[in-house]
Amino acid sequence: MPARTCRLAAHPAIVWLISRHSVGALWYAPRVTPTTAARTVEAPRHSALVRVTHWLTVLCVFALLLSGAEIIVSHPRFYWGETGNVNIPPLFTIPIPSSRRTVPTGYSYVMPDQNGWSRSLHFQTAWLLVFTGLAYGAAGLWSGHIKNDLLPTPAQRRWPAYRDRILRYLRRSPPDPAEELSYNVLQRTAYLAVIFLLFPLLIWTGLALSPSFDSAFPATVHLLGGRQSARTLHFFLSAALILFVIAHVTMVALSGFRSRMRAIVTGRALPTEKRP
Amino acid sequence: MKTLSRRKLITTGLSAAAGFTGLAVASRLSSRYGLIPPDSAGFYGPGETLTYAAQRLLTTHSLAREFSRGSISTMPFANEVPPLGADFKLHQAAGFSEWRLTVDGMVARPLSLSLSDLRHLSVRSQITEVACEEGWSYIAEWIGTPLIDVLLEAGILPQARYLVYFSIDRDWWESIDMADALHPQTLLTWGMNNGDLPVPFGGPLRMRLPRQLGYKSLKYIHHLTATDSLKRFGQGLGSAEPEAGYSWFAGI
Repeated sequence: MPARTCRLAAHPAIVWLISRHSVGALWYAPRVTPTTAARTVEAPRHSALVRVTHWLTVLCVFALLLSGAEIIVSHPRFYWGETGNVNIPPLFTIPIPSSRRTVPTGYSYVMPDQNGWSRSLHFQTAWLLVFTGLAYGAAGLWSGHIKNDLLPTPAQRRWPAYRDRILRYLRRSPPDPAEELSYNVLQRTAYLAVIFLLFPLLIWTGLALSPSFDSAFPATVHLLGGRQSARTLHFFLSAALILFVIAHVTMVALSGFRSRMRAIVTGRALPTEKRP
Repeated sequence: MKTLSRRKLITTGLSAAAGFTGLAVASRLSSRYGLIPPDSAGFYGPGETLTYAAQRLLTTHSLAREFSRGSISTMPFANEVPPLGADFKLHQAAGFSEWRLTVDGMVARPLSLSLSDLRHLSVRSQITEVACEEGWSYIAEWIGTPLIDVLLEAGILPQARYLVYFSIDRDWWESIDMADALHPQTLLTWGMNNGDLPVPFGGPLRMRLPRQLGYKSLKYIHHLTATDSLKRFGQGLGSAEPEAGYSWFAGI
């Protein structure tokens, strides 16, 4: 392309507008030039992509777990196979009262019905999460975030690397200085598993509960062993997600809640040795 | 200050253009092809609209799963129904011989059909699953008259966009778009598992839509109206369910 076609775009005003000193700041990873780095103690840690999609995901997961729990209250029984109802023995029951009189729970009272808004919130948030995930996946592939930050490095792709990192956690050893600026092998594996295994499986088992979607793509539910199996799997996958959230927040708290929160909000982190 | 790279400029420009084009095309398509549900206003409107539009683009002509005779549930669950009024009790005492299904609105020939008229119009049976929004389900064989045959008999007009259907219980009414109304599996059901449809399961006449959750399969149907707008019915949200906070489109 000849240089002059870009003359308008290269106009200082436009360059400033899209640069990271203005609106563009939203899209660039914080980058510290060498001269500034000497003066500041902070180092870049999370790109804007990671920060924005992280907090959207937090919002979505919170709303999905809340509304999902509310939906379970209307039928806290789980089955295996295609069909299941109060006339059929359940696989297991959650020992909570129900919002339906027809469900035998052993409790003498019935909870208020909250399924209307719970279902609407569940599906609207699921859409937001899908869009967030698609944006994250596309931008993460494009920018190299997934390849560079999440895929274990060649040196890490060995069982001893996992064993060593687990032992370090068990011994409560301080993190390696390199880990200030990049994830260790357990973090990489956990994040990859949640993003590319757990969330897709949650979406799959959720879609399998849609009678219309199943009519067009019946394999969605058949491969899972039927409608009730899909519902039960959806529940267990949500439980796995809760376990991840607990572990994630615990690790954040153990490694310095304030500095880690600062990193995921502002994108910058204090290196350990300089931390007050 | 870092200068803007050409690649970044082209990428940003192309994605912005694609975004705006996508939005324009989506809004044009949705208004032309009826991808906006009647309950699209309010906080959950975007979710309802995305779900309904996606289903109409993906699954308008798909057929619900049908099952083998061996998978019919031996222990189906009818769910509780509100107490039925004196009118219904009289019909029940008379063996539903006086039960009429009236069809009016945007049709060339309004109809009033007895159950026997329906049986003589056409018969279809299908083994499909009832899935309740609460999470439970069962499979049964449903025998009835396809709604499309009743609508063709009444001469449904091309400007009809929705079919509203009413239970004898006045609080209970629903509506569906033409994709569902003309769908071959949408059944005015009067038989179940080789017998008459039992009252707890919706007898004498139940609308069955196997591609949507159970609450769209309204029990005790006695009146159908074809219309081009849902604004005149109730609060204008399409059915009684959105007025209680539930989605109008229940195909999820």
